[in-house]
Amino acid sequence: MSYFLETLVSGLFAGVMYSLVAIGFVLIYKASGVFNFAQGAMLLFSALTVVTLTEKGMPFALAFIVTSFVMVVMAILIEWLVLRPLRNRDPLTLFMATLGLSYVIEGFAQLLMGMDVHMLDLGIPDVAVQVGGIYVSQFDIIASLIALTLVATLAIAFNKTRMGISLRAVAADTLAAQSIGIRLPVIWRIVWSVAGIVALVAGLVWGSRQGVQYSLSLVTLKALPVLIIGGFSSIPGAIAGGLLVGATEALADIYIGPLVNGSVSTWFAYILAVGFLLARPAGLFGDREIERV
Amino acid sequence: MSLFTKAISLAAAATMAATLMSSASFAEDGTGQQLYPLFTYRTGPYAPSFIPFGAGNIDYLRYINEVEGGVDGVKILVQECETAYTIERGIECYERYKNGYNGALTAAIYPHSSGLDVALTDKARIDKIPIVSPGGGQNIATDGRVFPYQYPLVFDYWSEAQIIVDYIAQQAGGYDKLKGLKIATLYHDSGYGRDTIEPLGILSKKYGFEDIQIPVPHPGEQQQTQWQQIRRAGADWVFLRGWGVMTPVAIKTAARVGFPADRIIGDIWSGSEDDARPAGAAAKGYLAVSVFPPGTDYGILKTLKKDILDKGESDLKDNSKFGTVYYNYGVIEAITFVEALRTGHKKFGNRPLTAAEGQWALENLDIDQKRIAELGAEGLISPLKTSIDNHKGETIAAKIIQWNGQSWDTRTDWIKADASLFADVIKAKAAAYAKEKGIEPRVATN
Repeated sequence: MSYFLETLVSGLFAGVMYSLVAIGFVLIYKASGVFNFAQGAMLLFSALTVVTLTEKGMPFALAFIVTSFVMVVMAILIEWLVLRPLRNRDPLTLFMATLGLSYVIEGFAQLLMGMDVHMLDLGIPDVAVQVGGIYVSQFDIIASLIALTLVATLAIAFNKTRMGISLRAVAADTLAAQSIGIRLPVIWRIVWSVAGIVALVAGLVWGSRQGVQYSLSLVTLKALPVLIIGGFSSIPGAIAGGLLVGATEALADIYIGPLVNGSVSTWFAYILAVGFLLARPAGLFGDREIERV
Repeated sequence: MSLFTKAISLAAAATMAATLMSSASFAEDGTGQQLYPLFTYRTGPYAPSFIPFGAGNIDYLRYINEVEGGVDGVKILVQECETAYTIERGIECYERYKNGYNGALTAAIYPHSSGLDVALTDKARIDKIPIVSPGGGQNIATDGRVFPYQYPLVFDYWSEAQIIVDYIAQQAGGYDKLKGLKIATLYHDSGYGRDTIEPLGILSKKYGFEDIQIPVPHPGEQQQTQWQQIRRAGADWVFLRGWGVMTPVAIKTAARVGFPADRIIGDIWSGSEDDARPAGAAAKGYLAVSVFPPGTDYGILKTLKKDILDKGESDLKDNSKFGTVYYNYGVIEAITFVEALRTGHKKFGNRPLTAAEGQWALENLDIDQKRIAELGAEGLISPLKTSIDNHKGETIAAKIIQWNGQSWDTRTDWIKADASLFADVIKAKAAAYAKEKGIEPRVATN
């Protein structure tokens, strides 16, 4: 029983890590209806920037602030060069634009900062501690606290600030929001900036665990089933989806994997996602689209 | 069209025109030269491995061309082709260079990818082009009677499994002490990763150790459950068959569950600086199999430093990569190419070799201890002798290295695999393949 519990708990913690990546997607999708394929590239770029600056002797806190500023500049440039010219275009066009953008960001990161694999030490000990008879990683506990803090901050920003209410208005009805004077380009810049900073946090947590390297951008593959299950437009959905994916794939690997002589976690999350698409297409917490025909 | 857009379009058109003009005017005449199509992956997730590896390749060939005046006077023309480590782009590169380039002849192609090596098997047989994959070829292709154009030179994963078990037996105090030990293999869930399941099963029956096989899905960024399985099973040793990000994550997760790093032995693709360094302090003591030993204290490395690196002619942008596992791998691979050319020159004369001549040369390679000493590669490579029967090489050996927190230390001398142990199984598999494909095995005449 303790083995089952330990597997379940470690899966849930892994799920929190997936949620961290998924939140960045949700933010942009909520505000602009765009599935941002470049989120993984932004995650890589931000983590690589921090690690490059710290390796050049900059204190971590300052490197974090400088990188946050860089991500804001990147958001402004994306809005100006990519989103604005494609305003009012089909969502698929915007998706394709973000696909191209991901290559541009990754290529730019390589050109600017090279392709080396970097070690990132956040100073968080990655050792197991015993909690209630089961071993839990101290790093996972702290990563979960970081995720919770991030979600709480975003919740406050969305619900209590004027800017947050504007964002929600755009998410609810873009045309109506524009008609009452909310400027869409400003909203997009803010949302992409926040998504950039979320990518930075996720990039640091993931980079600390696996090293900062090009393949860091692949962690976004884990976010896709999370988004389908939780709903593309819901932050609580991203958390719930992440927990569900993390827990089920860990348990599936232990209990189903041996039956098929292989690892099942990669596709198991997608099977789960397909199940949700069939039974609940909008996901657990996503907005159902109602269209007048 | 706005002024800004016009300016961008004009600049793009001008750049494209300049590129086309420059590539046309600088296309080198390769007549009288030997082509070395260098399949690169300078982009994509595996670029960190290629950059020092490619530099080792290029630096050695540059040394041969510029200091030694070519291989027996024949200059090597290096033509890069970017695959981004994808099979489809690799096949494009193969098609582009299989028949040579601007008069330079192709004697062999090194695809630099196990997947591409497999994908090219049928094409190469039809085109009669030798495909050479040192350390990453198909073990079944050891049987050159069935696979005339595949060369899995230097090493294979079955021998690696054997070397791992030999090392563990050494540490345990003898093969009889293996009985009752638990050896877990944590493998990348791919064709490459699964390749050691069968030989470890055979070895487990032979020596009586418990063989535990645990897959990790690609890319391997989460391994908590797998390491919990290892801890629960009470494994004594872990054979880590990782690739890319899987290795540092494995080392860190092992530390988290309390599994000692000096009981984990990494595969040859889990034993570079970029595999251990990202794991930080957790990697101290971590062991790995090395066919491409790191270090700069080898004659050929000293020569390359003096004649290439110190003169600013190295392909390395970061000189700290000189002597790393992947740099030395690049040098070793280039040595196999140059030595194959020398072998061919002895039979066909000092001129560029055709693919047919390259094939003959590759299956008559004999880099013995004396030649290794002449090359200044003592300790860097082990003897390599091929034949029609054996496209891998008669002596397969590897060293065990250990990460000291900053760099690798060599723990053992060459540990030789017993080639006879799996020879019958490999021959039977090759025969089955020949039957399936309707191939008439050649008869060994050399």
